[in-house]
Amino acid sequence: MWSFAKRIWTTLRRPSAYFSLGFLTIGSFVAGIIFWGGFNTAMELTNTETFCVGCHEMRENVFAELKTTIHYANRSGVRATCPDCHVPHGWTDKIGRKVAASKEVWGKIFGTINTPEKFNAHRLTMAQHEWARFKANDSLECRNCHSEQSMDFTRQSLRAAEAHQRFLVTGEKTCIDCHKGIAHQLPKGVATTYPQDRGDQAADLKTYLSQ
Amino acid sequence: MRGYDRSRLALALAFAALTGVATAAVGQGITEDDLATLRKTAVVDNPEPPVMRPQGNTDLRQVRNYPEQPPVIPHKIEGYQVDASFNKCLTCHSRTAIEESQAPMISITHFMDRDGQFLASISPRRYFCNQCHVPQHEVRDPVENTFVDVDSLLQDGQ
Ligand code: HEC
Ligand code: HEC
Ligand code: HEC
Ligand code: HEC
Ligand code: HEC
Repeated sequence: MWSFAKRIWTTLRRPSAYFSLGFLTIGSFVAGIIFWGGFNTAMELTNTETFCVGCHEMRENVFAELKTTIHYANRSGVRATCPDCHVPHGWTDKIGRKVAASKEVWGKIFGTINTPEKFNAHRLTMAQHEWARFKANDSLECRNCHSEQSMDFTRQSLRAAEAHQRFLVTGEKTCIDCHKGIAHQLPKGVATTYPQDRGDQAADLKTYLSQ
Repeated sequence: MRGYDRSRLALALAFAALTGVATAAVGQGITEDDLATLRKTAVVDNPEPPVMRPQGNTDLRQVRNYPEQPPVIPHKIEGYQVDASFNKCLTCHSRTAIEESQAPMISITHFMDRDGQFLASISPRRYFCNQCHVPQHEVRDPVENTFVDVDSLLQDGQ
C-alpha cells in the first residue's frame, strides 16, 4: 500500500516524458470542464423537485401540502417547485444553501426528522430558518417570479393593493412578513406580531375540544 | 351498485310498511324517476355538475339579513389555515392586528364564553371562524329564496 503510494508520488513528481506540454494543458482543461460539469450536474440533479421529494419526509408532509396551494396548480399553469423557493439563483448563494441543506439530508439519514412526529417537532425550527433567510435576502426567491414593479395594483383585490401600497412599496415589510405559510401548513407556536390572539390559543383550545 | 340500491330501497319500504306509515305509493311501486328530487336527476344517476365559480373577492361588506347574522366573508379565503396550530383570520381580525390590516375587529361577542364572561382573547368556541362565516360565490340559487327582511315585514304589516 505504502510503496504503491510512493510510486504514484514519484510518477507525479517526474516531469512528463511522454506527453507534450500542449496535451497536458488541453487535457487538464478538458478534465476541468468535465469535473466542473459533473459538479454542476450533481448540483442540477439535486436541484429538482424529484430529488427533494425523493425522501418520504418531504413527500408526505410539505409536498402534500404544497399540492393544495396556488403554487402547485393555478389558472396560469406556472408552477413553483421546491428549489424555486428554497434555493437561491446566484451561484455562491446556491452553494451556501446546499451546505445548509445537507444538514437536512443528514437529518434524514441520522433520523432527526425521519418520522412525522420528529418532523413536526423540528418543523418550527426549520420554518424559522427559512423565514430568517427570506427576511435577510428581502424575499429574493419570491421576487425571482413576482416583481413588485410589475404589480398592477388596480388589478389586485382591494385588500392586496392596500397592503402592498402601504407596506411593500414603502419597503417597510417584505413578502415573507405577510405571506408566511404560502406553500405549507404552519406549525404550532409561530411567533407572530400579535401573539395573543393567534393559534397559541391551542392550550385553551385543547381543553375546549376535549370537553 | 344498482342491486345494492334496490335492496336498500326494499329494506326502507319494508320498514315503512311495518311501522304503518306506508302510503299508497308502496302498492304502486316507485320508479327511480319518481325519486328525483331537487337534484332533478334520478337518484341512481349523477347529474351534470354546475360550473364552479371563483370565491367572491369584492372586499365590500355585505348587508346582514338580521342583526344576529354572522356577516358573510366579502373576500376569498382559499388556502387560509384555520386549525389548532394557526388561525390565519386572526392575523387580520384580532384586536391588535386591525391597525395594520384595517379589517373589522372580531366583535365583543367573540370574547365571551358561554356564561357571558369576557375573556382576554378570543373564546375557544369562536376560534373556528368558518363554522359561522362563509365566503360567497356568484351563482344562481338552486331553490328560490322566500326570506323576508324584518323591515319589509314591518312595512307590509302597516
Ligand atoms: C416559480 C415562480 C414563483 C415563485 C418562486 C413564487 N411564486 Fe408566488 N405565484 C406564482 C404563480 C405562477 C402564481 C399564480 C398566479 C395566478 O395564476 O394567479 C403565484 C401566486 C402567488 C400569490 C397569490 C395567491 C392567491 O391566492 O392569489 C401569492 C400571495 C404569492 N404567489 C406569494 C409568493 C411568495 C410569498 C413567494 C416566496 C416565498 C412566492 N410567491 C414565490 C409563481 C411563483
Ligand atoms: C403588508 C403585508 C404584505 C406584504 C409585505 C406583501 N403582501 Fe402580498 N398580499 C397581502 C395581502 C393582505 C393580500 C391579499 C390577501 C390574500 O391574498 O391573502 C396580498 C395578496 C398578494 C397577491 C395576490 C394578489 C391578489 O390580487 O389577490 C400576490 C401575488 C402577492 N400578494 C404577492 C406578494 C409578493 C411577491 C410580495 C413581496 C414582493 C408581497 N406580496 C408582499 C399583504 C402583503
Ligand atoms: C412558493 C414558495 C415555496 C415552494 C414552492 C416550496 N416551499 Fe417550502 N417553504 C416556503 C416557505 C415560505 C417556508 C417557511 C415556512 C412557511 O412560511 O410555511 C417553507 C418551509 C419549508 C420547510 C421547513 C418546514 C416547514 O414546514 O416550515 C421545508 C422542509 C420545506 N419548505 C420543503 C419544501 C419542499 C420539499 C418543497 C417542494 C415540494 C417546497 N418546500 C416548496 C416556501 C416554499
Ligand atoms: C389579510 C387580512 C385578512 C385576512 C387574513 C382575513 N380577513 Fe376578513 N376581512 C379583511 C378586511 C380588510 C375586511 C373588510 C372588507 C374587505 O376589505 O374585504 C374583512 C372582512 C371580513 C368580514 C366581513 C365583516 C363585516 O362586518 O361584514 C368577515 C366576516 C371576515 N372578514 C371574516 C374572515 C375570516 C373568517 C377569515 C379567515 C378564514 C378572514 N376574514 C381572513 C381582512 C382579512
Ligand atoms: C359561533 C359563530 C361564530 C364564530 C365561530 C365566529 N363568528 Fe364572527 N360573528 C358571528 C356573529 C353572530 C356575528 C355578528 C354579531 C356579532 O357581532 O356578534 C359575527 C361578527 C363578526 C365580524 C364583524 C364584527 C363587526 O363588528 O362588524 C367579524 C369581522 C367576525 N365576526 C370575524 C370572525 C372571525 C375572524 C372568526 C374566527 C376567529 C369568527 N368571527 C368566528 C358569529 C361567529
